[in-house]
Amino acid sequence: MSARWRELAHWLRHDRRARWLGLVLSGVALAVLPFVLDASVGRTWVRVIDLALLYTMLALGLNIVVGFAGLLDLGYIAFYAVGAYTYALLASPHFGLHLPWWVLLPAGAVLAAFFGVVLGAPTLRLRGDYLAIVTLGFGEIIRIFLNNLNAPINITNGPQGVNLIDPINIAGVSFGRTDSLLGISFPGTHLHYYLFLVLAVLVMFVCIRLEDSRLGRAWVAIREDEIAALAMGINTRNVKLLAFAMGATFGGVAGGLFSSLQGFVSPESFVVWESITVLCMVVLGGMGHVAGVVLGALMLATLPELLRHTAAPMQQQLFGKVILDPESLRMLLFGLALILVMLLRPAGLWPSPTRRRELTSAGAPGAV
Amino acid sequence: MDIFLQQILNGLVLGSVYALVALGYTMVYGILGLINFAHGEVVMVGALVSLSVVELLLGTNLGLPAPLLGVVALVVAIGVCMALGFSIERIAYRPLRRAPRLAPLITAIGVSILLQTLAMLIWGRRYHTVPALIPPTPHAVAGATITNVQILIIVVSALIMAGLMGLVHFTRLGRAMRATAENPVVAGLMGVNINRIISATFVIGSALAAVAGVLVSSNYGVAHYYMGFVLGLKAFTAAVLGGIGNLPGAMVGGLLLGLIESLGAGYIGDLTGGFLGSHYQDVFAFLVLIMVLVFRPTGLLGERLSERA
Amino acid sequence: MKEGDLSVHLKTAVVGAAAALALVLSGCGKKDEAIKIGHAGPLTGPVAHLGKDNENGVRLALDEANAANIMLGGKKATFAMQSEDDQADPKQGPIVAQKLVDAKVAGVIGHLNSGTTIPASKIYHDAGIAQISPSATNVTYTHQGFKTAFRVMANDAQQGKVLGDYAVHKLGAKNIAIIDDRSAYGQGLADEFEKAAKAAGGQVVTREFTGTDKTDFNAILTSIKGKNPDLIFYGGMDSQSGPMMKQIKNLGIGAKFLTGDGGQTAEFLKLAGDAAEGAYASSPGVPLDKMPGGKAFAEKYKAKFNIEIQLYAPYAYDAANVLLEAMKKADSTDPAKYLPILAGISYQGVTGNVAFDENGDIKGGSISLYQAKGGKWEYLDTVGG
Repeated sequence: MSARWRELAHWLRHDRRARWLGLVLSGVALAVLPFVLDASVGRTWVRVIDLALLYTMLALGLNIVVGFAGLLDLGYIAFYAVGAYTYALLASPHFGLHLPWWVLLPAGAVLAAFFGVVLGAPTLRLRGDYLAIVTLGFGEIIRIFLNNLNAPINITNGPQGVNLIDPINIAGVSFGRTDSLLGISFPGTHLHYYLFLVLAVLVMFVCIRLEDSRLGRAWVAIREDEIAALAMGINTRNVKLLAFAMGATFGGVAGGLFSSLQGFVSPESFVVWESITVLCMVVLGGMGHVAGVVLGALMLATLPELLRHTAAPMQQQLFGKVILDPESLRMLLFGLALILVMLLRPAGLWPSPTRRRELTSAGAPGAV
Repeated sequence: MDIFLQQILNGLVLGSVYALVALGYTMVYGILGLINFAHGEVVMVGALVSLSVVELLLGTNLGLPAPLLGVVALVVAIGVCMALGFSIERIAYRPLRRAPRLAPLITAIGVSILLQTLAMLIWGRRYHTVPALIPPTPHAVAGATITNVQILIIVVSALIMAGLMGLVHFTRLGRAMRATAENPVVAGLMGVNINRIISATFVIGSALAAVAGVLVSSNYGVAHYYMGFVLGLKAFTAAVLGGIGNLPGAMVGGLLLGLIESLGAGYIGDLTGGFLGSHYQDVFAFLVLIMVLVFRPTGLLGERLSERA
Repeated sequence: MKEGDLSVHLKTAVVGAAAALALVLSGCGKKDEAIKIGHAGPLTGPVAHLGKDNENGVRLALDEANAANIMLGGKKATFAMQSEDDQADPKQGPIVAQKLVDAKVAGVIGHLNSGTTIPASKIYHDAGIAQISPSATNVTYTHQGFKTAFRVMANDAQQGKVLGDYAVHKLGAKNIAIIDDRSAYGQGLADEFEKAAKAAGGQVVTREFTGTDKTDFNAILTSIKGKNPDLIFYGGMDSQSGPMMKQIKNLGIGAKFLTGDGGQTAEFLKLAGDAAEGAYASSPGVPLDKMPGGKAFAEKYKAKFNIEIQLYAPYAYDAANVLLEAMKKADSTDPAKYLPILAGISYQGVTGNVAFDENGDIKGGSISLYQAKGGKWEYLDTVGG
């Protein structure tokens, strides 16, 4: 029986028509997903999926820095914040400006890339551990500035955050309201879902192409052995900066989208814990492997909601009361996941074949 | 002038705590080349365990004198933290000694999160009041004030640092530790049991962390599950400032960072005419870290680590 | 070989995931005949005791309403509460709000803190259902132009104004130092206080800042000491103001200490210990025994839930009742019908008279002042209301 499954799998992978069929079916499934969720478990889940798609973009961006280039960035959420605030400040009553999304999303991306270079530049000579702490410091610095730049000139509105952000408006269709197209009503969450889906797929595509490009190979070279890479003529400085910049760009775009979805941003959403969550997604899913990272992101982004649905009622039934509230459970699982993954399956849940070989074989040279 | 002196005193007290915790970071980094992210959490565990012991003893109404309670609590806290440090090294770091640099770093973050969550579950999320076993009577010193507990902090930290220096330079264990830090392979060849030395390093560092935790929670009268994270970060900054892997460096770095933070938070508003204020005080620590790493990566007192690719 | 295995494993994984999803989905999707009233607040986490307290208040109101056999639209009305946990997290607020809207609740009592109430209010506004918060005090909540946002407690602007006045006129402070914890609540309150204190003729000698996770305030307090204020005002929570009091006394600062409702708690007294003596704090509303229906409500609450009231339960109770009252008057649970009535209602609740102004704020919201004496909060005065 196993042989037949294998035949089927082989056919699916290698037959052209099969792949097209698979693609079309997946496409249709994804297109109707919001309506299916609406009808079965409620619109909340569509919102959860929207956020999960944003996290996917974040994880893919961080994957470039951590997975491809091997630079541990613990302050990645700062780029998300930059993108979110760029959009929020320029499309809300705060300054009275209401610039359109096709100006703001690229602007957020460019600004985030700029910060990526600024944050990356001083870290070029640092080794893994120092790099981690410095990037964490940078992430916190950005959050502190966002939280405090409301006096003497009010730039970010401080801890109150920015409210009443304009939703994205494409061709007259505002993503904040429910609209009807061809007789089907599309609420805001669904419209955001389609946009996020398209952009997430785009980001995935870019990452996959990057992986196979010269730049991607240069990143792998630095990750594995920087001195050898230098000796091979790779401009490690520029390559590293590019890693930071590109990772930051995706973060910035995701940030702008976040602003549009939530309608409200505050510095509270960009704390260190968020950086660690995204790192968890990359590590758990499979560092350096685009598909793995997407899996990790989707899993961990929907986990809190799933826990809330299952853990609390289950504990209620079994023990009569809730011993581990979903939030504590989530933190516990994250901590355990990071430890166990590194100890048992360092390449992640769904590693790329090359990476798995690297991380599970014995001995980096000259180790203690 | 007395305000200035007060800020100096504040900085010294703060810095003594940073120094104690920084010693733990620097010892581990000197031997393993690893930032023990979970070290700050060990401080937190020390504080909370000692609090629980004190509360337990006070509850039994044995009528023991307060200082004795404090000592018992301290001893228990040290014991628990030493066991914790030993376990962390054995379970989370030892299997990864041969793995690429990223792996133990990520595990360390995982351990940190795990400890925080466990502390949250055991002790809850609220801020616990730490009973004052030593009455914090303030003493006037040339226009500034300092309390009993603060004097204790400075004195105890100084004594411990001196003791540690003595241990490292005048005992066999210390010699073995220095040898392992210098070159573990050769030290192994010379008959040093590397695993034991590494465990000892973690255990000693954790004991220091416990003391720091007890002192900090006594000084501010409060302990909670999140108190270790930022403290750990700052202490690590102090270790880097002084020169990672370097014991005197950790002490100097700690005191210096405490002074920078105190004076910074106190005077930044006046210095910048209200443009920047004390809400940026955390930024100082990070800026110090970044500047040290960019301009003088070996730290103030130089680095004692062989260059690794 | 390896590739095929991967494919097989993938398939098993997909099947397993689908099964798990099915299991989860089966747990959802309930059907109900009763009229659902939503409650949102932190039921887990550091302020869970306050969230639960609100939930209890709503539950009490709904149970009493069910026992009273109310008729709505010609049918007997049975009310059911749908309570959701927002963990006091601003990102969870909208998610929970969406959940309640999906469940087609007729109105919502919530959320507890401003950080979640404000983003959630947009969702309720879009859905057109009423939201009454028993405890969110940030001004922005009712200043977004939403006709669906209400609150039954005085907001931070009102509280800050009362505190500023009180500091200058009653406590005689001429030079004032202000500290806030850089949170939305603390900074909002401190800003309002500063405006009011200045308007009352006081001088603000300095503004210092701290954070919600800090315990060391020696540096900023020393700096404040050098400026010699008569009074220090702190906008923030008891977890900071408690230790802060200790450090103030240790540094020998003789200034009076005033803080808002974040510090008017038992935790503050515990954390500050002896140093708390003489500190002033305010709280919106009136103490339980000064409320018109306070004692009776406290007894009912204790009898039903077997614990003491934590803080805002009377407000949650009144919020739920005023919502039901509006529905009764409109004889309908349709928000389009009862919202206008709610906006103009005047209802005598246990906390006092509930009526809303054009923004949705409570008219005549009162603020009470307390002083810490001998390890307890002693009631001083009530302003407004």
